[in-house]
Amino acid sequence: MKTILTATILTLTATGAFADAHCAAGKTLTEGTLTIATGNPAYYPWVIDDAPEGKQGFEAAVAYAIAAEMGFADDAVTWVRTSFDEAIQPGAKNFDLNMQQFSITDDRDRVVDFSAPYYTAPQAVMTTIEAVEAGARPTMDSLRAMKWGVVASTTALPVVMERIKPDQSPLVYDDNANITAAMQAGQIDAALFDLPTALFTAAVLMDNGVVLGQFDPSAAQNPDQFGALMPEGSALKECVDQALAALTDSGALAAIEAEWLQDAVGVPLIK
Amino acid sequence: MTTRRAAYEARQRRRANLLAAGSTGVALALLVFLVPLAPGWDAVRSSFFNGEIFARTFPDLLKAFLINIAIFAWSVPIIAALGLAIALARGARAPVLFPLRIFGAIYVDLFRGIPVVLLVYLVGFGIPGLGLPRPWNSPYIWGTVALVLTYSAYVAEVLRSGIESIHASQRNAAICLGLSERDTMRYVILPQAIRRVVPANMNMLVALQKDVALLSFIGPVEILRQAGIFKSLLANFTPYVAAAVIFLCVTVPATRYADYLMNRDRDART
Repeated sequence: MKTILTATILTLTATGAFADAHCAAGKTLTEGTLTIATGNPAYYPWVIDDAPEGKQGFEAAVAYAIAAEMGFADDAVTWVRTSFDEAIQPGAKNFDLNMQQFSITDDRDRVVDFSAPYYTAPQAVMTTIEAVEAGARPTMDSLRAMKWGVVASTTALPVVMERIKPDQSPLVYDDNANITAAMQAGQIDAALFDLPTALFTAAVLMDNGVVLGQFDPSAAQNPDQFGALMPEGSALKECVDQALAALTDSGALAAIEAEWLQDAVGVPLIK
Repeated sequence: MTTRRAAYEARQRRRANLLAAGSTGVALALLVFLVPLAPGWDAVRSSFFNGEIFARTFPDLLKAFLINIAIFAWSVPIIAALGLAIALARGARAPVLFPLRIFGAIYVDLFRGIPVVLLVYLVGFGIPGLGLPRPWNSPYIWGTVALVLTYSAYVAEVLRSGIESIHASQRNAAICLGLSERDTMRYVILPQAIRRVVPANMNMLVALQKDVALLSFIGPVEILRQAGIFKSLLANFTPYVAAAVIFLCVTVPATRYADYLMNRDRDART
């Protein structure tokens, strides 16, 4: 599987260098280099071992595939780190592309540019073994009765408020680490993440974490889609969209998804 | 009948007023005309001073501010009581009460020295993590405890400085009148000491009002957290500016009131 993928990327690099060489020419921060930003730290399964240069992890792999489509060799890709706030502040940005599971929304799109989506994330509910033993089930009625916690900088809060409509108002935290602390302390029963993050958090950060169920992304009115963030009015957007379209058509994007995000199967749908 | 000196002083005053008005006007004009000339002004304005987003988020921010006020309101009496108790413990004179003095000193050193944020995390997640059942593990309860620990240490020190500033002759006079140690403290020392440190304690109140926002780290959706939620949903910093406006509406009058009390106290003593 991996060899096929590497081969695909290599071929793409070879052909891409000729076909799309002009598209990104003169549009990047540093001529001849594509500067891509990720989170600090970047988490599994998006970036493995917090080292995007290793091309390991879903977003790292997609980033290199996009770069290759646009005619950048692997060594012409530079990585920087930004927080969410740095990505949306009004001044000059230090990246060409920023990939850290940014959900595309209309409000955000007014301030920054988004590429076409590279992943549609199902939302998933994480809870504890104790809560499941106490009777938590992947049904709306059961979810409504739970005490919720969400991360402030995500689109999870509107989803909880509008789709689940919990009986008690949710608590809000800075990051996944604080959610796990609150869950260990018994202050919340459930948290909403995108599915890969929920699987990682339940398995690695929590001792007693369980992914209770996932929402069917095709049933959602506004499915949570991740796009690469670019400065508003970025000339590069067109090239990135072309690259993503090519990757989607060739099946390369689906192959990367299958390689890094395959665990997603087997989590029950919430009814 | 104005003397020559009075006339001269009036002239000088007028001149000073004109100069002050002039320089203020120039400073304002520079601010109003020069800042918008900066190349990034349009981007900054739409990111930080976006009228539409301000109007859209203001009502929810105001609602979230009620949580700040509630936490503030129930913290203040506990802080006042505990602060006074610690100050009295530190000032205890009887040899038998030496352990109390040690306790007071350690309490103040410890909780005044630890950053509030750390204490909020430690108490807010740590103590409920020991296995308390609901509702006793609520972040509201333990967040308040963290604030009370820190601020009572500060207030205790302020009160102690007030108590020590009362001249020894007051205590001696009270003893001569036959007042017990306890009554001396209650009827002679404390009324004067507390009055003397009112301005300093007003500053504590203003600081506490802002530090209530730290409770958002452990879950409660108060005004700063609500602003942060809007910031990430709208990718715009205007909600923070709106929150700052709401904070100013409370803290500016409070600071001015503290100034007034301080001036009145000074006038009364001179």
